[in-house]
Amino acid sequence: MDLRLRIWRQKNKNTTGKLVTYELPGISPDMSFLEMLDVLNERLIEQGEEPVAFDHDCREGICGMCGLVINGVAHGPEVTTTCQLHMRHFKDGDTITIEPWRAKAFPILKDLVVDRSAFDRIIQAGGYISVSTGGTPDANAILISKESADAAMDAAACIGCGACVAACPNGSAMLFTGAKIAHLSHLPQGQPERYDRVRNMVQAMDAEGFGGCTNYGECAAVCPKEIKLDVIARMNGDLIKSTFLSSGTRKMGPNATRNGK
Amino acid sequence: MTGVMTLYQTSIGKKVVMAVTGAILLGFVFVHMFGNLKIYSGPVALNEYAEQLRYLGKPIFGHEQLLWIARVVLLGAVVMHITSAVQLTMQSNSSRPLPYSVNTRTQPAYRYASYTMRWGGVVLFLFIIFHLLHFTFGVVGYSSGQFVNPHGGVYEVYNNVVYGFMNPIVSIFYIAAMIALGLHIYHGTWSMFQTLGISNEKVSGTLRGFAAALALVIALGNISIPIAVLTGIIGLS
Repeated sequence: MDLRLRIWRQKNKNTTGKLVTYELPGISPDMSFLEMLDVLNERLIEQGEEPVAFDHDCREGICGMCGLVINGVAHGPEVTTTCQLHMRHFKDGDTITIEPWRAKAFPILKDLVVDRSAFDRIIQAGGYISVSTGGTPDANAILISKESADAAMDAAACIGCGACVAACPNGSAMLFTGAKIAHLSHLPQGQPERYDRVRNMVQAMDAEGFGGCTNYGECAAVCPKEIKLDVIARMNGDLIKSTFLSSGTRKMGPNATRNGK
Repeated sequence: MTGVMTLYQTSIGKKVVMAVTGAILLGFVFVHMFGNLKIYSGPVALNEYAEQLRYLGKPIFGHEQLLWIARVVLLGAVVMHITSAVQLTMQSNSSRPLPYSVNTRTQPAYRYASYTMRWGGVVLFLFIIFHLLHFTFGVVGYSSGQFVNPHGGVYEVYNNVVYGFMNPIVSIFYIAAMIALGLHIYHGTWSMFQTLGISNEKVSGTLRGFAAALALVIALGNISIPIAVLTGIIGLS
């Protein structure tokens, strides 16, 4: 396959970037998208040019490190991570435009690499449970219904890649934050801090400069882990409850916390 | 325990304001549409309806009392709905300083309504102003002598409506505004369930269906009236 690539090149955080066009002949349709970029970089190095910087790590679709906006779609034409996208989804002679995630909260560090530590700060605000040290708890000591376990697991599948933010016309991080909140909100272990967690994480999310949600659904459409919009409804509901439940009536204690209902 | 103002300061809190005020406005437009359909029962029924609205809530509320309370609540809802929308739009606009050079929507066409919310809302705001100047005050869209303001127990609402819609340009504007209203209600109603945390995977399809049905009924119910006037099904009394 012979391709024409339009790639965002930006020297560092403080400079403005631009799209640069590269001709890339002789690409196999069996290559992954990142392998195609590896080929480009090898040729650039041979020519004495600066290779294109892009994020990647496991290349197995599980780490959440890679992420490119390919022809205007986060992670490209297939619902998967960029590393698991293959060149057979493109045609010989195609022009492919490759841009970084674009959001105020994700500053571009170099070329296609963005700083996603805004997500880390949202997690630090409450995306955890507090566990007292002591003896190892018995396995299966806390009963969880299949339904709740499935709902929590579906939300926990989020790898924090940031495609939801990149795809959202509002630049909103609601799907990411919702997934992290819904994950713990469905589990008994998440109950004691449930309402403080949602308040703190939503405030942290807003403070990072992400946009609001208007339910376009673009986030869920590109999510490589197919996180559903339900997690956003769960977060919204928990935040409203955190406002209108007084601390005395919040669901606390073993009876109320079973299965996170 | 946190206050309502803490909630309002978050982006989700502003959406809750939009959901609650939107629900109030949605209730109003449904009842408004349903009341308007009395035009098909003839001039006496519609004119009587206009008169009886002044006695809404009798005997607890006196003449026009509940009507004025409703007007104040609706005006407050409109102001809060628009204020939150403007704040959220500004937040979203600042969240992506540099736009993509290639923008592709991945959503199916039926999600089109979600892309009409902001400019559709502006169209509806301009429509409300025109609608009040037109049917409530009679200062635009009429030839002299056509519009009769309610006075001294005389209600000529039926003829006011027919005269108003006999102008095809006015009718077309009303029909266009009702299409915008239908799209706004479809996406707004479903978003309301989402924002209030009512929606989940099991019921979201049903809620979408409900939102679509509500949008269709309200839009088509209202659109039928100018069409009935233009086609001569409804004439002057």
